Amino acid sequence: MENNDKLILGGHEFNSRFILGSGKYSLKLIEAAVKYAGAEMITLAVRRTNSKENENILDYIPKGVTLLPNTSGARNADEAVRIARLARELGCGDFVKIEIMRDSKYLLPDNQETVRATEILAKEGFIVMPYMYPDLNTARDLVNAGAASVMPLASPIGSNKGLATKDFIQILIDEIELPIIVDAGIGRPSQACEAMEMGAAAVMSNTALATAGDIPVMAEAFRQAVEAGRKAYLAGPGRVISRGASASDPLTGFLHD
Amino acid sequence: MDNNYFVDSDKLSEAALKRKHELENCPEKRTDHMEYMEGMERINPEIREKVISQMNECDFSLYTARDVNAALNHDNCTVDDFKALLSPAAAPFLEKMARKASRETEKHFGNTVYLFTPVYIANYCENYCVYCGFNCYNDIRRMRLSMEQIEHEMKVISDSGIEEILILTGESRAKSSLEYIGEACRLAGKYFRMVGVEIYPVNTDEYRYLHECGVDYVTVFQETYDSDRYEQLHLMGHKRVFPYRFEAQERALMGGMRGVAFSALLGLSDFRKDALATGLHAYYLQRKYPHAEISLSCPRLRPIINNGEIDPLDVHEKQLCQILCAYRLFLPFAGITVSSRESESFRNGIVKIAATKVSAGVSTGVGDHESKYSGKKNSEAEGDEQFEINDGRSLDKMYKDMSDEGLQPVLNDYLYV
Repeated sequence: MENNDKLILGGHEFNSRFILGSGKYSLKLIEAAVKYAGAEMITLAVRRTNSKENENILDYIPKGVTLLPNTSGARNADEAVRIARLARELGCGDFVKIEIMRDSKYLLPDNQETVRATEILAKEGFIVMPYMYPDLNTARDLVNAGAASVMPLASPIGSNKGLATKDFIQILIDEIELPIIVDAGIGRPSQACEAMEMGAAAVMSNTALATAGDIPVMAEAFRQAVEAGRKAYLAGPGRVISRGASASDPLTGFLHD
Repeated sequence: MDNNYFVDSDKLSEAALKRKHELENCPEKRTDHMEYMEGMERINPEIREKVISQMNECDFSLYTARDVNAALNHDNCTVDDFKALLSPAAAPFLEKMARKASRETEKHFGNTVYLFTPVYIANYCENYCVYCGFNCYNDIRRMRLSMEQIEHEMKVISDSGIEEILILTGESRAKSSLEYIGEACRLAGKYFRMVGVEIYPVNTDEYRYLHECGVDYVTVFQETYDSDRYEQLHLMGHKRVFPYRFEAQERALMGGMRGVAFSALLGLSDFRKDALATGLHAYYLQRKYPHAEISLSCPRLRPIINNGEIDPLDVHEKQLCQILCAYRLFLPFAGITVSSRESESFRNGIVKIAATKVSAGVSTGVGDHESKYSGKKNSEAEGDEQFEINDGRSLDKMYKDMSDEGLQPVLNDYLYV
């Protein structure tokens, strides 16, 4: 079962459903994410590559790992488009994660501008993965705009607060045909597991790993959590025994014909 | 207790000396510091009025340990919590504040620390600010670099590895015109990935021009938010106009800048009130312009040429640390810069608590980077420093020291779009 269970994004197949975010970047983190969390896709802030020191940052990315450049720093669709094009010129491939924020305090994404940027970039052949605030209407607009996935936030970025938007993410999972990748706010493996159990196609995390006491061990914990959640989802939800259990005598037992 | 700021140079003419003494001793001979001068743009004063009235109303002696504890237990720091954290009652809580601040810094910035350097391209000044080494009555070597000299400086700095530059001038429009600064900024774009300015405040359209020259960050220090004290320290020149300076960051944002930096110069006045006003200034401006990237600095007074006695009075390292922790908890997303005015040991410690950016390879003189970096004697003239720095570490040394502290030095995380 597992071998056939691929994450497909823009025609590309991935075995891993853990994606490393870009917030707090370090080589140690990249190594741990690939080696212990099994990440096959790593986000890269294009603005962080704009450094002489890191001219060879692309060389740090292990072979076989797909780069997901993001547009962080963009305040509107036009800026995001410019950054995405620059990423392509830099040789980062066709994937792009759209991040548009016009709020420096909470760094919440601007859904409207995100839809606009998605439309432009999808037409230019990018595989567009937009980061968004979980809103069903926006998600539908993103589908129509040509997105390859939809990436709702779980809670404010860097907050490690987990699935604060759980109910709304569930709506996206239920209603949207594209892979739903839960991004931002996942602070613990248990939260990643829960998102996967709900039917998320993948989770993205960075701070949770970057700020862990032992990064490799935490990376491994995330891999196991994501796999466990995925397996639980694929196994099909069992009867959830809530308080009082379920009645053994059927309520409809009186119906005779 | 106050610093003795008044120093007479024997090179001043009799008339200049007379004027200087008049300004110092006769308040009625000074212009109204609340009146805009000709050509100074006026904008909505709402934020200024709010900040100043809240600062004036604040009585720090009313806050108790209970308020500080409550502030430390809140997830989000309110304006009232910020006041409690700045109050004398918070002093015994410094370690607790530092621990909480450290967690907030890590949450928002991870373990990164940004490195940059300032470059002074001219030190001519038309103002008489009594604490500043560049003040027009101070006898120092003045200089304005030519474009060739600027390019040489930038090359030397860029070769050292620096990628973010802050361009500074003394405040003289006559000697350092906006076009001169704009050209220098365009030149900087060739050598650096990120360009900021710390120059005299200008109008919105002038900030827009600088933005087009490649600048995205503007730093303006208000020095003190106590306008009466401000009047006593800034005796002459356009800098004397308190409201125009206060509104500089807002004009910069209106002109298209991405980020603005704020600061009081600690030691000039009641430091708690100045820190409160600095935080509120940034807070209200970010609320009005949510996309604005804000950052805070925290300079303390330093000795200057011809007045080695100037010191930051009651703002010791513990007080400075308290202020920085309060800034971090009140504005967890804001950048905090700690300059080379502070010692090596202070900077090594504070980057693990609240600071996100430190300068390295610093000179506050003009045209002297090559001689300072390589020890090679400069064949050309050099301009004197604005103040004495305290931490003279080179970029390489700073990079290594920050890494040794377990931090990740970052030279650039920015793209001009």
